[in-house]
Amino acid sequence: MTSVRESTGPAGPDAEPVVEAVGLGRDFVLTEGPFLRRRRRTVSAVDGVTLTVRPGEIVGYLGPNGAGKSSTMKMLTGILAPTRGHLRVTGLEPSRQRTRLAGRIGVVFGQRTTLWWDLPLRDSLALTRHMYRIPAADHARRLAELTELLELGPFLATPVRQLSLGQRMRGDLTAALLHAPRLLVLDEPTIGLDVVSKSTIREFLLRLNTEEGTTILLTTHDLGDVERLCERVVVIDRGSLAYDGGLDGLRASVPTPRVLVVDLAAPAPPIGVEGGRCVRVDGPRQWLELSENPAAVISRVAQRHEVVDLTLREPDIEGVVAALYRGTVASGGV
Amino acid sequence: MRVHCAVYARGLRRYSTYRAATLAGILTNSVFGAISATVMLALFAARPQINGYDAGDAVTQVFVGQTLIAVVAVMGPPLELGERVRSGDVGTDLLRPVSLQGWWLSEDLGRATFQLVFRGVPTFAVGALLFDLVLPADPVRWAAVLVSAVLAVLVSFSLRYLYELAGFWIMDSRGIWAVAGLLGPVAAGMLLPLTLFPPALADVLRLLPWASMVQIPAEILLGKDTLPGGTALGGLALQAGWAAALLALGAWTTDRATRRVVVQGG
Repeated sequence: MTSVRESTGPAGPDAEPVVEAVGLGRDFVLTEGPFLRRRRRTVSAVDGVTLTVRPGEIVGYLGPNGAGKSSTMKMLTGILAPTRGHLRVTGLEPSRQRTRLAGRIGVVFGQRTTLWWDLPLRDSLALTRHMYRIPAADHARRLAELTELLELGPFLATPVRQLSLGQRMRGDLTAALLHAPRLLVLDEPTIGLDVVSKSTIREFLLRLNTEEGTTILLTTHDLGDVERLCERVVVIDRGSLAYDGGLDGLRASVPTPRVLVVDLAAPAPPIGVEGGRCVRVDGPRQWLELSENPAAVISRVAQRHEVVDLTLREPDIEGVVAALYRGTVASGGV
Repeated sequence: MRVHCAVYARGLRRYSTYRAATLAGILTNSVFGAISATVMLALFAARPQINGYDAGDAVTQVFVGQTLIAVVAVMGPPLELGERVRSGDVGTDLLRPVSLQGWWLSEDLGRATFQLVFRGVPTFAVGALLFDLVLPADPVRWAAVLVSAVLAVLVSFSLRYLYELAGFWIMDSRGIWAVAGLLGPVAAGMLLPLTLFPPALADVLRLLPWASMVQIPAEILLGKDTLPGGTALGGLALQAGWAAALLALGAWTTDRATRRVVVQGG
């Protein structure tokens, strides 16, 4: 892909951060109780989030529902003013320079659309040219590229309300990218999509990142997105950062045991061996949570039972994140 | 500017797809206008002059009201903005590098243009066929009426925009519409010419922004000296003043609203 944006040279670690948040917080005032006896209560949706995103990174922003993901995204894009903290996105202060910032970033909210519901997709895409003041030639070239990559051709003339969710999402992505933004903010971009559509969008995002160096920040509940796309993940829980680092480090940070799946010749009572705790039994198949070297446990099991088959399961990122949420909730946050 | 033209064109195009609704609208407005006009004729048969209006003036104003009813949308429909504030979709509107008010103004002007040309003008023509309307011969007067209609749309837009912006604070602007939809047509002079009200009340209502939507355009068409300064120019100045003040208030409120914004929904 050719970019409309001028090259700013390779982005090293010293390059100006795309996102710089220090002690970012947002409070909401809730009024509760019956009329006339209402009480006001302040709750922090986001509290003390410090985060730096450098050019060219793909960062996954994870957290359970209500953790403060969407509030953070709204602050980053300027549609929600922070209560405290320092925030710069591409060097601008989002809530005060929202309109200027809008020209530098692309935003897709998976559950909302920026497209005109009742007009053909083509019309909404044409409008972006005037909205972002993109030179006509650049706009045409980029639209052609995106049309090819995201296979928009068959439904460019279709009114948006008649598009499938996957088609609409590809349309929204195109609308967010025609002005070649430096930062692409995606809020649950693959929500509700089938496997093929998810994969199309993931491969496209990777290509966008490697070929144009577009920085991508995405929230998702789909851990397939994270494993395919993100070298770095940030986990937020109850408004505060619970983890910030590589995907491997995330796995290591939470001790999630490997699981040995044993198929016995015949159903048996739960296996009790040292280093392996039976967590599930289903007929002749049993699941052992390992607390030591698998080889030792396997030999112990084999000594006592007739084993037909064995599988060793590595913890997946889903289990890791779930364990991390449980851990932070249990310890009252980090 | 180009983006506003595109949004204007879209507003125009959107409404043009509802042909049956437009025809039904012309029919409704004409029938309702005819009923009101008949009531006026009966009223003025008992008293030929009321506060400077005669039967022809009153019937003409009835049809000015029916012509503008869909154009200034004094009884609705609300701007789609309110629904977008309620659902939180306004978040995506705020992510455009375009002012919120400018965007919705362009779209509403598109809507109003369509309604004036394809619904208002035919309704007025029906009125002119059925009744003896007071129609000026002076083309300058007609030009003033057209300018006045445009200003009426601007005032109408800025009022409706403010109603919807209230949704940022009260989460739902439907309550405001319940009140505005009821009082608006009265204060605008759409239900009855303000002239028929006690003069002191009429003079106050004339100065409020709602009167700029129907009463002032009607008086400009009729060439009445009850206009501010007694001339069409005074009427236009009043309308322009309200349009400017309310648009400025809208811009200021937009700024406040988006600063303390609570965009609803995850």
